[in-house]
Amino acid sequence: MRRQHPLIVAISYLTMAFLYLPLAGVAIFSVNAARRGLVWKGFTLKWYLKLFENDWILEAAWNTLLLAVISTIIATVLGTILAIAMDRFPWRSRTSNFLDIILHIPVVIPDIILAASLVVAFGLLRMASSIFEPGLPNMIIGHITFQIAFVALVVRSRLVAIGSEVEEAARDLFATNWYLLRKVMLPLLMPGIIAGAMLAFTLSLDDFVISFFTAGPESQTLPLFIFAAVRRGVTPQIHALSTLIMLVTVILVVLTERFTRHHEKE
Amino acid sequence: MKRADSLITWYGELTTRQQLLKRGSLLLSPGMLWLMLFLVLPGLVLVVVSVVTRGAYGQLEWVFTLENYKRLAGFTLFGWTPDYLMILWRSVVVAFFTTLVSVLLSYPLCFFIAGRPERSRYMWLTLVIIPFWTNMVIRAYAWFLILSPELPIAKLAAVFGFIPEGAPLYPNAFAVYLGMVSMFLPFVTLPLYASVERLDWSLVEAAQDLYASRIRTFTQAILPQTMPGLSVGIILTFVPAMGMFVVPDLLGGAKYMLVGNLIQQQFGTSRDWPFGAAISMGLMVLTMVGLQIYRRKGKEVQVV
Amino acid sequence: MNQNQNLTTDQSLSIKNICKNFGDVKALDDVTLNVASGEFFTLLGPSGCGKTTLLRIIAGLEMADSGRVFIGGKDITGLPAIKRQVNTVFQSYALFPHLTIYENIAFGLRSRKFPDAEIKKRVIRRLEMLDLSSMAQRHPHQLSGGQKQRVALARALVNEPEVLLLDEPMSALDARLRAQVQEDLRRLQRKLGRTFILVTHDQAEALVCSDRLAVMRQGRVVQCGTPEEVYDNPKDSFVAKFLGAANLIPCTKAPGGVQTAFGFLALDKEPSWQEGTVAIRPEWIGIGDKEPERNGIRAHVTEIIYRGTNFDLWLEPGPLRVRTSSYRRIDPGREVWLELAPKELVILEDEAR
Repeated sequence: MRRQHPLIVAISYLTMAFLYLPLAGVAIFSVNAARRGLVWKGFTLKWYLKLFENDWILEAAWNTLLLAVISTIIATVLGTILAIAMDRFPWRSRTSNFLDIILHIPVVIPDIILAASLVVAFGLLRMASSIFEPGLPNMIIGHITFQIAFVALVVRSRLVAIGSEVEEAARDLFATNWYLLRKVMLPLLMPGIIAGAMLAFTLSLDDFVISFFTAGPESQTLPLFIFAAVRRGVTPQIHALSTLIMLVTVILVVLTERFTRHHEKE
Repeated sequence: MKRADSLITWYGELTTRQQLLKRGSLLLSPGMLWLMLFLVLPGLVLVVVSVVTRGAYGQLEWVFTLENYKRLAGFTLFGWTPDYLMILWRSVVVAFFTTLVSVLLSYPLCFFIAGRPERSRYMWLTLVIIPFWTNMVIRAYAWFLILSPELPIAKLAAVFGFIPEGAPLYPNAFAVYLGMVSMFLPFVTLPLYASVERLDWSLVEAAQDLYASRIRTFTQAILPQTMPGLSVGIILTFVPAMGMFVVPDLLGGAKYMLVGNLIQQQFGTSRDWPFGAAISMGLMVLTMVGLQIYRRKGKEVQVV
Repeated sequence: MNQNQNLTTDQSLSIKNICKNFGDVKALDDVTLNVASGEFFTLLGPSGCGKTTLLRIIAGLEMADSGRVFIGGKDITGLPAIKRQVNTVFQSYALFPHLTIYENIAFGLRSRKFPDAEIKKRVIRRLEMLDLSSMAQRHPHQLSGGQKQRVALARALVNEPEVLLLDEPMSALDARLRAQVQEDLRRLQRKLGRTFILVTHDQAEALVCSDRLAVMRQGRVVQCGTPEEVYDNPKDSFVAKFLGAANLIPCTKAPGGVQTAFGFLALDKEPSWQEGTVAIRPEWIGIGDKEPERNGIRAHVTEIIYRGTNFDLWLEPGPLRVRTSSYRRIDPGREVWLELAPKELVILEDEAR
């Protein structure tokens, strides 16, 4: 192992403290008994219990989950097919460059622009159909739109890693297209598809901007709820809610890490 | 060039180009159709809306005008003001320095993590990934909380006279930078780490053997090798930092508005879509220009 | 039955006038080959000579621009890979990482919907034949390189192909294992009596394994024959250099022989060129203290390299490489007589440039 300069060690610890200090603050005040203000009044878990009595929060949690699950499923299917279509066919270089640019738009353009363009587009589509009133369907469409790109990029890199030889071997061993897809390609792609889906799911949970622009009054999500609550004046419940969301994030991250590390080994 | 209907082998399959492209187009269509309908088309609509007129009640009147762009450039009924241009410029500066500071902090952190023994390396890495995935609203709010007047940081600042007694450490530029850097630091650290982990140390040692100064060792041996990860990190930071509006909204207030807030205002309270669209165009152009400049400069660095 | 008829009916694989271009690069330039049934045939050549492309064309993984491929007398040029009674052992083995060894081997039978009982019978036979029975339930990533290679072999052989194609199957193995595997492969082929086509850039491998071999260069077959024929009578300087060590001696034609830098050398045959090259293998140069009757060269030893089974001597004038048995140590600096006997001197076809 390399000897490390004390300055590097010091900066690293300070940086980590800088990342975690505010989060720790939220967690500490989530178990503070004080109803108002930031003075320590003793330990309590009652704010957590109260969360489950708050219909607003429960509904927001349900919306968040619904939004993430539906958009992830659709985006994973569309993104996977798109990745296969882009990587496994003899497109002219101009065509594939064009497809590549489209796919990278959500990565190189600030999400607020995507949000703004969706607001305007939905506003015009509203003349055609009431589906495009602000609300959950709009949010799902918005989320899918940026998720597809990320799923497709992840799955495509997996396709590239698999390479052509396994497919050639399968055909050399008399596999028809359908048999090859079912018995070789899908099982081999599965880690990439799951990784893509996990990424899409977390991106959806993490999103604020797209939801903020496309949400209606009936479709609060947890991030929107917290954002609104900060302006109304924060209650300890918000601290409890935030801490809970952080815990869920930690669990998701650890699970994802386990999953990818397990598959890297194979 | 071969004919489209001549036989070729493709991944072990005997077929023709024509047939493959037919099948490929079929597979391409659902995803591409979606992206065209909800990504490309709305983008074009946004361009169109940026040159139409806002009606008295916020509705769109399909009359061509460049008024929105003129307004963005500062020309009003009462003469020229630099207000909007200031906000645009400030957004660029904030995004630039956020990226710079994130890079400066990420290098030592990456070397630190890469130098840990294997087991704790994963723990440290996970510790960087967790904030990466924690919701931005929560992280921005966490700063809002920690800078409250009742807590030690604001009190300390008051003792030194930076802020009046009993005031919070926001809204101001300092709070925005704190929030922004902590928001985007992991976006640089994670991709950069992937490159640092693969670093060929023999080149670094060779540079040191040749008595290169620390700066030269970094620019000649470390920077070129970590360029791929660094580039991803810079793009992942600079782009969303340009459009960020949660952090400045909570920690910057009206005093330290960024372009994200301005756009949000137009689509929210002001209900001025054409002007919002025009600002969005401005933001997009600035982001693209920023990435272009980086690409040019980045290439120069790689060549050296 | 006369000899000629015999050749055509026994043909396992026949390649006629195959050409293949990749862009402007001629990968294969009018290649014609015949491989008899049950023969171990090797395509030998440096990387980029077109040997792998030829193998892929036989497998149906690549289309030739022109020319035809016959297997068992049947034209298969237009058949896709899945319809060809040919199986391949890939260079990287291309095992299916998500399937067990058993399922990997069973793959070709399952995709053709063989009944389970038949699959089991056949797979178990191959597992036993290749000493893999204990790993049937493992996954490829748990196997060593040599084991993976045997799985790849079993996976191809279980389909009882008319022709088995092997694309550099030893290149991923370390040198010591490789020698062992080459012998095993040769024995396996004799036992099965199937046609094997091996692609390799390793001349030792080609010599050990093959009944016949074709040396390829820049998309063409330079020489084709048994290993002995090709080794003993290389056609040109490329083949002479590619197969083992050879002393190449530039020379001009003279009555009854050639004129070289060492003086006149007598030859048994007359070369067709005026200026060209003769070759002699290091182990065929005689070495002694007395001047030989013909083709003697007085030389002194400059360097001596011990190789276990023999010594390599470097001599001046020359440089000439001479190989002697390991019990005959000749120290550097000594003067010796060399004999380049006419029957050992090979006249190479290529003319001096």
